[in-house]
Amino acid sequence: MSGLSDVVNGAVQIAEAMGVTLKNLLTRPVTVEYPDEPVAVFPRYRGRHMLRRYDNGLERCIGCCLCEAACPTGAILVEAAENDPANPHSPGERYAKTYEINLLRCVFCGDCEEACPTEAIVLTQAIPMPEYSRRSFILTKEQLLEPPEMNVAIRPEA
Amino acid sequence: MNWIEVFLIPFIKSLVLILALLTGFAYMTYYERKVLARFHVRYGPNRAGPFGLLQPVADAIKAIFKEEIIPAHVDKWVYLAAPVLALIPALIAFAVIPIGPDLNLFGRQVSLYIADVNIGFLYVLAVASVGTYGVILAGWSSNNNYSLLGALRTAAQMVSYELPLGIILVAVVLTTSLATGEGSLSLVGLVQQERPWWVWLWLWVAFPIFFICMLAETNRSPFDLPETENELVAGFQTEYGGIKFALFFMAEYIHMITASAIMATVFFGGWQGPFVDRWPALGILYFVVKVILVLFLFLWVRASVPRVRYDQLMHFCWKFLFPVSLVYLAITAVLVALL
Repeated sequence: MSGLSDVVNGAVQIAEAMGVTLKNLLTRPVTVEYPDEPVAVFPRYRGRHMLRRYDNGLERCIGCCLCEAACPTGAILVEAAENDPANPHSPGERYAKTYEINLLRCVFCGDCEEACPTEAIVLTQAIPMPEYSRRSFILTKEQLLEPPEMNVAIRPEA
Repeated sequence: MNWIEVFLIPFIKSLVLILALLTGFAYMTYYERKVLARFHVRYGPNRAGPFGLLQPVADAIKAIFKEEIIPAHVDKWVYLAAPVLALIPALIAFAVIPIGPDLNLFGRQVSLYIADVNIGFLYVLAVASVGTYGVILAGWSSNNNYSLLGALRTAAQMVSYELPLGIILVAVVLTTSLATGEGSLSLVGLVQQERPWWVWLWLWVAFPIFFICMLAETNRSPFDLPETENELVAGFQTEYGGIKFALFFMAEYIHMITASAIMATVFFGGWQGPFVDRWPALGILYFVVKVILVLFLFLWVRASVPRVRYDQLMHFCWKFLFPVSLVYLAITAVLVALL
Protein backbone atom coordinates (compact mmCIF):
# COMPACT_ATOMS: atom_id res chain seq x y z
CA MET A 1 0.00 0.00 0.00
CA SER A 2 1.80 3.10 -1.22
CA GLY A 3 -0.85 5.40 0.26
CA LEU A 4 -0.21 4.27 3.80
CA SER A 5 3.58 4.43 3.44
CA ASP A 6 3.20 7.95 2.05
CA VAL A 7 1.27 8.95 5.13
CA VAL A 8 3.82 7.37 7.45
CA ASN A 9 6.73 8.94 5.55
CA GLY A 10 5.08 12.34 5.62
CA ALA A 11 4.39 12.11 9.33
CA VAL A 12 7.99 11.06 10.01
CA GLN A 13 9.30 13.94 7.92
CA ILE A 14 7.15 16.47 9.73
CA ALA A 15 8.24 15.02 13.06
CA GLU A 16 11.87 15.36 11.95
CA ALA A 17 11.29 18.97 10.94
CA MET A 18 9.69 19.72 14.27
CA GLY A 19 12.62 18.06 16.01
CA VAL A 20 15.03 20.38 14.19
CA THR A 21 13.07 23.46 15.18
CA LEU A 22 12.77 22.28 18.77
CA LYS A 23 16.55 21.85 18.92
CA ASN A 24 16.94 25.42 17.72
CA LEU A 25 14.42 26.64 20.29
CA LEU A 26 16.67 25.36 23.04
CA THR A 27 19.88 26.96 21.73
CA ARG A 28 21.02 30.42 22.73
CA PRO A 29 20.10 33.19 20.29
CA VAL A 30 23.02 34.26 18.12
CA THR A 31 21.82 37.86 18.06
CA VAL A 32 24.35 40.54 18.99
CA GLU A 33 22.43 43.42 20.54
CA TYR A 34 24.68 45.85 18.77
CA PRO A 35 24.60 49.28 20.35
CA ASP A 36 24.38 47.69 23.81
CA GLU A 37 27.04 45.10 23.27
CA PRO A 38 30.00 45.29 20.87
CA VAL A 39 30.09 43.46 17.56
CA ALA A 40 33.12 41.30 16.94
CA VAL A 41 35.20 42.54 13.99
CA PHE A 42 38.50 41.33 12.55
CA PRO A 43 41.67 43.29 13.38
CA ARG A 44 41.99 44.56 9.81
CA TYR A 45 38.39 45.85 9.73
CA ARG A 46 38.31 49.33 8.23
CA GLY A 47 36.12 51.61 10.32
CA ARG A 48 36.11 55.24 11.37
CA HIS A 49 39.18 57.34 10.62
CA MET A 50 41.55 58.85 13.11
CA LEU A 51 44.39 61.36 12.84
CA ARG A 52 47.38 60.22 14.87
CA ARG A 53 49.85 62.27 16.85
CA TYR A 54 53.48 61.69 17.73
CA ASP A 55 54.35 60.76 21.29
CA ASN A 56 55.38 64.34 21.99
CA GLY A 57 51.89 65.54 21.10
CA LEU A 58 52.66 66.94 17.64
CA GLU A 59 50.28 66.06 14.82
CA ARG A 60 51.64 63.61 12.30
CA CYS A 61 49.74 65.25 9.44
CA ILE A 62 51.95 67.61 7.45
CA GLY A 63 49.22 68.85 5.15
CA CYS A 64 50.61 67.24 1.99
CA CYS A 65 47.10 66.52 0.63
CA LEU A 66 48.12 63.12 -0.76
CA CYS A 67 45.13 61.51 0.96
CA GLU A 68 42.85 64.02 -0.70
CA ALA A 69 44.35 63.12 -4.06
CA ALA A 70 44.14 59.40 -3.39
CA CYS A 71 40.56 59.44 -2.19
CA PRO A 72 38.41 57.81 -4.92
CA THR A 73 35.20 59.52 -3.80
CA GLY A 74 36.55 62.94 -2.89
CA ALA A 75 35.49 62.55 0.69
CA ILE A 76 38.54 64.27 2.14
CA LEU A 77 39.16 68.01 2.31
CA VAL A 78 42.60 69.21 3.44
CA GLU A 79 43.70 72.83 3.66
CA ALA A 80 47.36 73.21 4.52
CA ALA A 81 49.03 76.17 6.21
CA GLU A 82 52.57 77.16 7.21
CA ASN A 83 53.64 76.14 10.70
CA ASP A 84 54.51 78.89 13.18
CA PRO A 85 58.14 77.91 14.09
CA ALA A 86 57.66 79.04 17.67
CA ASN A 87 54.52 77.00 18.21
CA PRO A 88 54.39 74.21 15.59
CA HIS A 89 51.39 71.92 15.04
CA SER A 90 53.44 69.32 13.23
CA PRO A 91 57.16 68.58 12.89
CA GLY A 92 57.23 69.58 9.20
CA GLU A 93 57.02 72.97 7.54
CA ARG A 94 53.30 72.78 7.05
CA TYR A 95 50.32 71.35 8.84
CA ALA A 96 46.65 70.74 8.03
CA LYS A 97 44.61 73.81 8.94
CA THR A 98 41.38 72.02 8.11
CA TYR A 99 41.00 68.31 7.72
CA GLU A 100 37.49 67.04 7.05
CA ILE A 101 36.16 63.64 6.04
CA ASN A 102 32.62 63.24 4.76
CA LEU A 103 31.47 59.86 6.08
CA LEU A 104 28.51 59.82 3.71
CA ARG A 105 30.92 59.80 0.78
CA CYS A 106 33.68 57.68 2.24
CA VAL A 107 33.71 54.07 1.06
CA PHE A 108 36.23 52.97 3.68
CA CYS A 109 38.68 51.71 1.04
CA GLY A 110 41.77 52.68 3.04
CA ASP A 111 43.54 54.42 0.14
CA CYS A 112 44.13 57.51 2.31
CA GLU A 113 45.93 55.30 4.79
CA GLU A 114 48.09 53.89 1.98
CA ALA A 115 48.88 57.30 0.55
CA CYS A 116 49.83 59.00 3.80
CA PRO A 117 53.64 59.42 4.05
CA THR A 118 53.60 59.97 7.82
CA GLU A 119 50.93 57.41 8.79
CA ALA A 120 48.86 60.25 10.15
CA ILE A 121 45.47 59.18 8.83
CA VAL A 122 44.49 55.63 9.81
CA LEU A 123 41.28 53.66 9.78
CA THR A 124 40.35 52.29 13.21
CA GLN A 125 38.00 49.39 13.79
CA ALA A 126 35.32 51.59 15.35
CA ILE A 127 31.95 51.68 13.63
CA PRO A 128 30.66 55.22 12.89
CA MET A 129 27.43 55.86 14.77
CA PRO A 130 24.25 57.15 13.13
CA GLU A 131 23.56 60.88 13.25
CA TYR A 132 20.51 63.06 12.92
CA SER A 133 21.75 65.46 10.22
CA ARG A 134 23.91 65.26 7.12
CA ARG A 135 26.15 67.97 8.49
CA SER A 136 27.16 65.88 11.50
CA PHE A 137 28.49 63.14 9.23
CA ILE A 138 31.34 65.45 8.25
CA LEU A 139 34.15 64.72 10.70
CA THR A 140 36.17 67.79 11.60
CA LYS A 141 39.86 67.81 12.45
CA GLU A 142 39.09 68.03 16.17
CA GLN A 143 36.87 64.97 15.99
CA LEU A 144 39.44 63.09 13.94
CA LEU A 145 42.24 63.81 16.41
CA GLU A 146 40.16 62.28 19.22
CA PRO A 147 40.46 58.48 19.28
CA PRO A 148 36.95 57.18 18.50
CA GLU A 149 34.88 55.27 21.01
CA MET A 150 35.65 51.62 20.32
CA ASN A 151 32.17 50.14 20.09
CA VAL A 152 33.47 46.84 18.76
CA ALA A 153 35.31 43.82 20.05
CA ILE A 154 38.36 42.70 18.09
CA ARG A 155 38.16 39.04 17.28
CA PRO A 156 41.22 36.93 16.56
CA GLU A 157 42.10 36.59 12.92
CA ALA A 158 41.71 33.18 11.22
CA MET B 1 -34.71 34.22 39.49
CA ASN B 2 -33.92 37.83 40.18
CA TRP B 3 -32.30 40.32 37.87
CA ILE B 4 -28.88 39.87 39.42
CA GLU B 5 -28.67 36.28 38.29
CA VAL B 6 -30.27 36.82 34.92
CA PHE B 7 -28.53 39.98 33.77
CA LEU B 8 -25.83 41.29 36.05
CA ILE B 9 -23.71 38.19 36.58
CA PRO B 10 -23.65 37.09 32.90
CA PHE B 11 -22.92 40.68 31.93
CA ILE B 12 -19.98 40.94 34.28
CA LYS B 13 -18.73 37.53 33.21
CA SER B 14 -18.94 38.47 29.53
CA LEU B 15 -17.15 41.72 30.17
CA VAL B 16 -14.33 40.01 32.04
CA LEU B 17 -14.07 37.32 29.39
CA ILE B 18 -13.93 39.82 26.52
CA LEU B 19 -11.33 41.91 28.30
CA ALA B 20 -9.32 38.79 29.07
CA LEU B 21 -9.56 37.63 25.47
CA LEU B 22 -8.51 40.98 24.04
CA THR B 23 -5.56 41.17 26.42
CA GLY B 24 -4.91 37.55 25.56
CA PHE B 25 -4.83 38.50 21.90
CA ALA B 26 -2.38 41.31 22.52
CA TYR B 27 -0.04 39.05 24.43
CA MET B 28 -0.62 36.20 22.01
CA THR B 29 1.11 38.34 19.34
CA TYR B 30 3.93 38.94 21.80
CA TYR B 31 4.08 35.23 22.66
CA GLU B 32 4.15 34.29 19.00
CA ARG B 33 6.86 36.76 18.11
CA LYS B 34 8.97 35.74 21.09
CA VAL B 35 8.61 31.99 20.61
CA LEU B 36 9.03 32.19 16.85
CA ALA B 37 12.12 34.32 17.38
CA ARG B 38 13.60 31.67 19.64
CA PHE B 39 12.84 29.06 16.99
CA HIS B 40 14.84 31.26 14.61
CA VAL B 41 17.64 31.60 17.21
CA ARG B 42 16.91 35.30 17.78
CA TYR B 43 15.51 37.26 20.74
CA GLY B 44 12.34 38.78 19.34
CA PRO B 45 10.91 42.08 20.59
CA ASN B 46 12.86 43.21 23.66
CA ARG B 47 13.02 46.99 23.42
CA ALA B 48 9.64 48.25 24.65
CA GLY B 49 9.53 47.78 28.40
CA PRO B 50 11.16 44.92 30.32
CA PHE B 51 11.59 41.91 27.99
CA GLY B 52 9.63 43.87 25.38
CA LEU B 53 6.44 43.32 27.37
CA LEU B 54 5.02 46.67 26.28
CA GLN B 55 5.40 45.81 22.59
CA PRO B 56 1.67 44.90 22.18
CA VAL B 57 0.74 48.27 23.70
CA ALA B 58 3.00 50.07 21.25
CA ASP B 59 1.55 48.06 18.37
CA ALA B 60 -2.00 48.84 19.46
CA ILE B 61 -1.31 52.57 19.69
CA LYS B 62 0.31 52.49 16.28
CA ALA B 63 -2.64 50.66 14.69
CA ILE B 64 -5.18 53.02 16.24
CA PHE B 65 -3.45 56.20 15.10
CA LYS B 66 -2.86 55.04 11.55
CA GLU B 67 -4.66 56.96 8.85
CA GLU B 68 -8.12 55.58 8.15
CA ILE B 69 -8.12 54.74 4.47
CA ILE B 70 -11.25 53.52 2.70
CA PRO B 71 -10.44 52.92 -0.97
CA ALA B 72 -12.83 54.58 -3.42
CA HIS B 73 -13.84 51.40 -5.22
CA VAL B 74 -14.97 49.36 -2.21
CA ASP B 75 -18.49 48.46 -1.18
CA LYS B 76 -18.36 50.67 1.85
CA TRP B 77 -20.81 49.14 4.31
CA VAL B 78 -19.82 45.58 3.64
CA TYR B 79 -16.20 46.64 3.73
CA LEU B 80 -16.68 48.12 7.20
CA ALA B 81 -18.82 45.27 8.49
CA ALA B 82 -16.43 42.51 7.43
CA PRO B 83 -13.74 42.91 10.13
CA VAL B 84 -16.43 43.09 12.80
CA LEU B 85 -18.09 39.99 11.41
CA ALA B 86 -14.76 38.19 11.52
CA LEU B 87 -14.07 39.17 15.10
CA ILE B 88 -17.41 38.59 16.83
CA PRO B 89 -17.76 34.83 16.18
CA ALA B 90 -14.25 34.30 17.49
CA LEU B 91 -15.24 36.07 20.71
CA ILE B 92 -18.65 34.53 21.29
CA ALA B 93 -17.54 30.96 20.66
CA PHE B 94 -15.81 31.20 24.01
CA ALA B 95 -19.15 31.56 25.83
CA VAL B 96 -19.73 27.83 26.19
CA ILE B 97 -16.22 26.85 27.20
CA PRO B 98 -15.84 26.26 30.93
CA ILE B 99 -12.80 28.07 32.26
CA GLY B 100 -12.89 26.61 35.76
CA PRO B 101 -15.07 24.85 38.32
CA ASP B 102 -17.77 26.73 40.23
CA LEU B 103 -16.28 29.34 42.51
CA ASN B 104 -17.58 30.90 45.69
CA LEU B 105 -17.30 34.64 45.08
CA PHE B 106 -18.84 37.29 47.37
CA GLY B 107 -21.07 34.69 49.00
CA ARG B 108 -22.44 33.54 45.68
CA GLN B 109 -21.87 30.36 43.71
CA VAL B 110 -20.43 31.57 40.40
CA SER B 111 -19.93 29.23 37.49
CA LEU B 112 -16.94 30.01 35.29
CA TYR B 113 -18.68 29.77 31.95
CA ILE B 114 -21.12 32.18 30.44
CA ALA B 115 -23.68 29.69 29.21
CA ASP B 116 -24.06 25.95 29.69
CA VAL B 117 -25.79 25.35 26.37
CA ASN B 118 -26.96 21.77 25.99
CA ILE B 119 -25.87 21.86 22.34
CA GLY B 120 -22.42 23.26 23.14
CA PHE B 121 -20.58 21.41 20.38
CA LEU B 122 -23.08 22.45 17.74
CA TYR B 123 -22.86 26.02 18.96
CA VAL B 124 -19.10 26.05 18.62
CA LEU B 125 -19.20 24.60 15.11
CA ALA B 126 -21.95 26.94 13.99
CA VAL B 127 -20.30 30.06 15.35
CA ALA B 128 -16.94 29.05 13.91
CA SER B 129 -18.51 28.82 10.45
CA VAL B 130 -19.98 32.31 10.72
CA GLY B 131 -16.43 33.64 10.99
CA THR B 132 -15.89 32.61 7.37
CA TYR B 133 -18.40 35.27 6.29
CA GLY B 134 -16.19 38.05 7.58
CA VAL B 135 -13.36 36.84 5.40
CA ILE B 136 -15.47 36.32 2.30
CA LEU B 137 -17.26 39.65 2.62
CA ALA B 138 -13.92 41.37 3.11
CA GLY B 139 -12.58 39.82 -0.07
CA TRP B 140 -15.74 40.58 -2.03
CA SER B 141 -16.27 44.15 -0.88
CA SER B 142 -12.63 45.09 -1.48
CA ASN B 143 -13.31 44.88 -5.22
CA ASN B 144 -9.82 43.60 -5.83
CA ASN B 145 -8.71 40.45 -7.66
CA TYR B 146 -6.21 39.34 -5.07
CA SER B 147 -8.55 39.91 -2.17
CA LEU B 148 -11.26 37.96 -3.90
CA LEU B 149 -8.88 35.09 -4.65
CA GLY B 150 -7.82 35.01 -1.04
CA ALA B 151 -11.41 35.04 0.14
CA LEU B 152 -12.44 32.27 -2.25
CA ARG B 153 -9.61 30.09 -1.09
CA THR B 154 -10.70 30.68 2.48
CA ALA B 155 -14.28 29.74 1.75
CA ALA B 156 -13.29 26.45 0.15
CA GLN B 157 -10.71 25.71 2.80
CA MET B 158 -12.93 26.38 5.78
CA VAL B 159 -15.92 24.48 4.39
CA SER B 160 -13.72 21.51 3.56
CA TYR B 161 -11.98 21.32 6.88
CA GLU B 162 -15.13 21.74 8.91
CA LEU B 163 -16.17 18.32 7.71
CA PRO B 164 -13.50 16.16 9.36
CA LEU B 165 -13.60 18.53 12.32
CA GLY B 166 -17.30 17.95 12.83
CA ILE B 167 -16.95 14.21 12.36
CA ILE B 168 -14.28 13.98 15.03
CA LEU B 169 -16.46 16.01 17.37
CA VAL B 170 -19.32 13.57 16.72
CA ALA B 171 -17.01 10.75 17.78
CA VAL B 172 -16.09 12.68 20.91
CA VAL B 173 -19.75 13.21 21.72
CA LEU B 174 -20.33 9.48 21.25
CA THR B 175 -17.71 8.66 23.88
CA THR B 176 -19.47 10.86 26.45
CA SER B 177 -22.17 8.23 26.73
CA LEU B 178 -19.63 5.59 27.76
CA ALA B 179 -19.29 6.59 31.39
CA THR B 180 -22.81 7.60 32.36
CA GLY B 181 -24.88 5.80 29.78
CA GLU B 182 -26.29 9.00 28.36
CA GLY B 183 -24.38 11.31 26.05
CA SER B 184 -24.10 15.05 26.24
CA LEU B 185 -23.41 17.82 23.75
CA SER B 186 -22.42 20.25 26.46
CA LEU B 187 -18.79 21.23 26.89
CA VAL B 188 -19.42 21.92 30.57
CA GLY B 189 -20.76 18.42 31.04
CA LEU B 190 -17.85 16.98 29.08
CA VAL B 191 -15.27 18.43 31.44
CA GLN B 192 -17.10 17.37 34.58
CA GLN B 193 -17.42 13.82 33.37
CA GLU B 194 -15.13 11.12 34.77
CA ARG B 195 -13.73 9.17 31.87
CA PRO B 196 -11.70 5.97 32.06
CA TRP B 197 -8.10 6.07 30.81
CA TRP B 198 -8.73 4.07 27.67
CA VAL B 199 -11.28 6.62 26.52
CA TRP B 200 -8.63 9.32 26.88
CA LEU B 201 -6.19 7.18 24.93
CA TRP B 202 -8.70 6.69 22.15
CA LEU B 203 -9.46 10.42 22.07
CA TRP B 204 -5.77 11.27 21.79
CA VAL B 205 -5.58 9.14 18.67
CA ALA B 206 -7.88 11.69 17.04
CA PHE B 207 -6.02 14.70 18.41
CA PRO B 208 -3.53 15.06 15.51
CA ILE B 209 -6.37 15.00 12.97
CA PHE B 210 -8.40 17.46 14.97
CA PHE B 211 -5.38 19.69 15.40
CA ILE B 212 -4.67 19.71 11.67
CA CYS B 213 -8.28 20.65 10.98
CA MET B 214 -8.04 23.44 13.53
CA LEU B 215 -4.87 24.73 11.84
CA ALA B 216 -6.85 24.98 8.62
CA GLU B 217 -9.89 26.49 10.35
CA THR B 218 -7.87 29.23 11.99
CA ASN B 219 -5.89 29.86 8.77
CA ARG B 220 -2.60 29.19 10.43
CA SER B 221 0.61 28.07 8.80
CA PRO B 222 1.01 25.64 6.98
CA PHE B 223 -2.59 26.26 5.87
CA ASP B 224 -2.45 30.06 5.83
CA LEU B 225 -3.55 30.19 2.21
CA PRO B 226 -6.14 32.94 2.72
CA GLU B 227 -3.39 35.27 3.78
CA THR B 228 -0.38 33.93 1.84
CA GLU B 229 1.71 37.05 2.39
CA ASN B 230 4.11 36.33 -0.42
CA GLU B 231 1.62 35.19 -3.08
CA LEU B 232 -1.65 37.05 -2.66
CA VAL B 233 -0.37 40.27 -1.05
CA ALA B 234 -2.02 39.30 2.26
CA GLY B 235 -5.11 37.97 0.50
CA PHE B 236 -8.43 39.31 1.70
CA GLN B 237 -6.73 41.91 3.90
CA THR B 238 -5.03 43.75 1.04
CA GLU B 239 -7.34 46.76 1.08
CA TYR B 240 -7.50 47.02 4.85
CA GLY B 241 -5.26 49.21 6.95
CA GLY B 242 -4.89 50.61 10.42
CA ILE B 243 -7.35 49.46 13.03
CA LYS B 244 -9.48 47.51 10.53
CA PHE B 245 -6.48 45.39 9.68
CA ALA B 246 -5.84 45.01 13.39
CA LEU B 247 -9.39 43.70 13.80
CA PHE B 248 -8.70 40.91 11.30
CA PHE B 249 -5.51 40.18 13.12
CA MET B 250 -7.43 40.11 16.36
CA ALA B 251 -9.99 37.73 14.87
CA GLU B 252 -7.26 35.38 13.70
CA TYR B 253 -5.53 35.27 17.05
CA ILE B 254 -8.68 35.00 19.11
CA HIS B 255 -9.74 32.18 16.78
CA MET B 256 -6.48 30.52 17.69
CA ILE B 257 -7.07 31.02 21.39
CA THR B 258 -10.62 29.72 21.11
CA ALA B 259 -9.47 26.72 19.07
CA SER B 260 -6.81 25.95 21.67
CA ALA B 261 -9.39 26.29 24.43
CA ILE B 262 -11.68 23.84 22.64
CA MET B 263 -8.83 21.39 22.18
CA ALA B 264 -7.77 21.76 25.79
CA THR B 265 -11.36 21.15 26.85
CA VAL B 266 -12.10 18.22 24.59
CA PHE B 267 -8.79 16.38 24.59
CA PHE B 268 -7.00 17.43 27.77
CA GLY B 269 -9.78 17.72 30.33
CA GLY B 270 -10.21 21.50 30.44
CA TRP B 271 -9.75 22.82 33.96
CA GLN B 272 -9.37 19.37 35.49
CA GLY B 273 -6.11 18.65 37.29
CA PRO B 274 -4.72 17.55 40.64
CA PHE B 275 -6.02 19.36 43.78
CA VAL B 276 -8.82 21.14 41.92
CA ASP B 277 -11.33 19.72 44.42
CA ARG B 278 -9.59 21.44 47.31
CA TRP B 279 -8.73 24.77 45.61
CA PRO B 280 -11.21 25.38 42.77
CA ALA B 281 -9.33 28.51 41.67
CA LEU B 282 -6.49 26.21 40.61
CA GLY B 283 -8.77 25.05 37.78
CA ILE B 284 -8.41 28.39 36.00
CA LEU B 285 -4.63 28.05 36.16
CA TYR B 286 -4.73 24.53 34.71
CA PHE B 287 -7.00 25.72 31.93
CA VAL B 288 -4.76 28.66 31.04
CA VAL B 289 -1.63 26.51 31.10
CA LYS B 290 -3.25 23.92 28.85
CA VAL B 291 -4.38 26.60 26.40
CA ILE B 292 -0.89 28.09 26.32
CA LEU B 293 0.63 24.67 25.66
CA VAL B 294 -1.73 24.00 22.75
CA LEU B 295 -0.97 27.49 21.42
CA PHE B 296 2.70 26.61 21.59
CA LEU B 297 1.93 23.69 19.31
CA PHE B 298 0.44 26.13 16.77
CA LEU B 299 3.65 28.17 16.82
CA TRP B 300 5.85 25.11 16.71
CA VAL B 301 4.11 23.89 13.59
CA ARG B 302 4.37 27.35 12.06
CA ALA B 303 8.11 27.37 12.64
CA SER B 304 8.58 23.88 11.20
CA VAL B 305 6.31 23.22 8.25
CA PRO B 306 6.28 25.18 4.98
CA ARG B 307 2.99 26.28 3.43
CA VAL B 308 1.25 23.65 1.30
CA ARG B 309 0.04 24.28 -2.21
CA TYR B 310 -3.68 24.88 -2.65
CA ASP B 311 -4.40 21.63 -4.51
CA GLN B 312 -2.40 19.74 -1.87
CA LEU B 313 -4.53 21.34 0.81
CA MET B 314 -7.78 20.18 -0.80
CA HIS B 315 -6.35 16.80 -1.70
CA PHE B 316 -5.19 16.26 1.86
CA CYS B 317 -8.56 17.17 3.32
CA TRP B 318 -10.86 15.26 1.00
CA LYS B 319 -8.73 12.23 0.22
CA PHE B 320 -7.07 11.71 3.56
CA LEU B 321 -8.54 13.55 6.55
CA PHE B 322 -12.15 13.01 5.58
CA PRO B 323 -11.94 9.19 5.12
CA VAL B 324 -9.71 8.80 8.16
CA SER B 325 -12.13 10.72 10.36
CA LEU B 326 -15.01 8.65 8.98
CA VAL B 327 -13.17 5.44 9.85
CA TYR B 328 -12.44 6.85 13.31
CA LEU B 329 -16.10 7.69 13.78
CA ALA B 330 -17.14 4.20 12.67
CA ILE B 331 -14.73 2.49 15.07
CA THR B 332 -15.85 4.75 17.91
CA ALA B 333 -19.48 4.00 17.15
CA VAL B 334 -18.85 0.27 17.19
CA LEU B 335 -16.90 0.52 20.45
CA VAL B 336 -19.61 2.57 22.12
CA ALA B 337 -22.29 0.19 20.90
CA LEU B 338 -20.39 -2.84 22.20
CA LEU B 339 -19.37 -1.49 25.61
